[in-house]
Amino acid sequence: MRFQLAALSLRRHASRTLLAVLGVAVSAAMLLDMVMLATGMRQSFASLLGRNGFTIRVSPRGTLPFDTEATIAQAGDATAAIARISGVTAVAPVLGTTIHVLGARAPVTAFALGVDPAVQGDYQLLSGRDPAANELVASDALLRATGARVGDTLDVAVGFDPQLRTYTGRRRVAISGRARFTYLSADDRAAALQLATVQAMGGADRADRASLFMVRTAPNVDPEAARVAIERALPRVTALSTAGAVAEAERRLSYFRQLAFILGAVSLIVGFLLVTTIVTVSVNERIGEIAIMRAIGVSRIHVVQQIVIEGIGLSLTGAAAGLVLGVFTAQWLNSILRGFPGLPDAIDFFLFQPNSAFRALALLVASGVAAGIYPAWRAASLPISATLREEAVG
Amino acid sequence: MSGQPLLSVRDAHRDYPHSGEPVHAVRGVSLQVTEGEYVAIVGPSGCGKSTLLNLLGAIDRPTTGSVTIGGTAVSALPDKAATHFRLTNIGFVFQRFYLLPVLTAQENIELPMAEAKVALAERHERARELLGYVGLAARADHRPAELSGGEQQRVAIARALANRPIVLLADEPTGELDARTGGEVIALFDRLNREGMTIVVVTHDEKLAGAARRVIHMLDGRIVRDEPLLRRA
Repeated sequence: MRFQLAALSLRRHASRTLLAVLGVAVSAAMLLDMVMLATGMRQSFASLLGRNGFTIRVSPRGTLPFDTEATIAQAGDATAAIARISGVTAVAPVLGTTIHVLGARAPVTAFALGVDPAVQGDYQLLSGRDPAANELVASDALLRATGARVGDTLDVAVGFDPQLRTYTGRRRVAISGRARFTYLSADDRAAALQLATVQAMGGADRADRASLFMVRTAPNVDPEAARVAIERALPRVTALSTAGAVAEAERRLSYFRQLAFILGAVSLIVGFLLVTTIVTVSVNERIGEIAIMRAIGVSRIHVVQQIVIEGIGLSLTGAAAGLVLGVFTAQWLNSILRGFPGLPDAIDFFLFQPNSAFRALALLVASGVAAGIYPAWRAASLPISATLREEAVG
Repeated sequence: MSGQPLLSVRDAHRDYPHSGEPVHAVRGVSLQVTEGEYVAIVGPSGCGKSTLLNLLGAIDRPTTGSVTIGGTAVSALPDKAATHFRLTNIGFVFQRFYLLPVLTAQENIELPMAEAKVALAERHERARELLGYVGLAARADHRPAELSGGEQQRVAIARALANRPIVLLADEPTGELDARTGGEVIALFDRLNREGMTIVVVTHDEKLAGAARRVIHMLDGRIVRDEPLLRRA
């Protein structure tokens, strides 16, 4: 009968209950969004780095991948040296550069990657085939900007001399395919060519150089051990495991997490206060009824349970509504934030993780329980005769 | 008086703190009520009669002295035990009925039975039986707001009888009723007493007091007169 009484008590002031549920729902949605924000970027970044099975990134010493324009000399030797390390199953050298696509219209500038198509992890083909020598695969944004299609030939340069106003490292390159670039946004103009093509176009400055090596390790090998071995074998590089990269990203995103934590805590407190207020108001209105229940023999603990059930009812309903509201809000905010230029498509700011979400909502419901206990216990502990006397006078 | 004492109050005092000063609501009352008696406690407002009824019903404790009901020293019971004692041994009827507004008449009657863990089917049967007893069988599914004052009080009496108490305590049960509906309550009490229920009422209502078999007069927290009336045929 406690459940029935609790439900009926909530229905007694339906509009107030509805408003309270909406308030808790907003609070729950905000809490959920903050949890999703706190973990979303880290998780989606880790997922992005883990794609294609590359577990280690090797960049020039003291830099992060593509943080600077620095390159690693003697890339061929380095590739071979890394490949010899125990547990390494594949090495993908990458050379980044800027290219200018020349033509009848104004030159179009794009980011280009020199890769080994056999082991690369930077793009996925959408149509066509991997680039052979003097060929490239292009992003849709680059194709749109140049007006070119797969099969067309482009006049491409890798440098520009502002004094002579001439383009250098110029070469005619055929478009062999369309591709989506894993670490770039959909709006980025990008191309991938064979590593040797990019090195040759770059002249002496780029010969036998790489910006980055992406390394695959065997599943039974600890990437951290391989990373240490790479740094030992090649003192001029910095090797970063996926776990290390995620930790570094986490360090850089610590402000995000702190903000999310603070706002999440505020949401939780707001939800708690809301349920406390509603339950307290409700209990104060029924103080005479509660005294009567006690007088006719309803135990104190059962009175408390009934009122706490009301708090749980408010919190649970609010949390369920908040779950839906939070997911929709997160999707909407995600679509806005993912519109920031330069962000990889695969990065999500808000990532729904059932365990985290349900833990957060369970915390909210637990706060609803706590919110009900104090007013319930206070009401159930009032002296019965004095309360009835006051109610009779009132 | 005849029979075994069911209620026994011995030199009970009840003081309330009020603005830092004690108010002596009950001063040294001693009283015995035997099984099957119908007692009315009368006196002016503030004379301590409701406080005495609360002591008799174990919803309040004497500051000093003792209260024994059916051989149990209720004034010495801890809260949990006193609550259970009230649930299973005492029926309360209040001036303002105090039915739970969200429950129907039948559900209100079932509430103390549910608390006493009476099986659902038995609860339903007993509640319907009690509704029939108080003449409200047709109003089982009505909520208090849909009932008249007299009907609400009869539901409250049925609720008080739900767990087959050994004594029925009523505080101004006709106080909020007009003469006709008050008369129905008086008749109901009379019938209950004839069937063996021990009843103690606190009242200003002369008709109700006149229906009792014994009238106790209180003044300033003390019993000043205790008179048995002639048992009517």
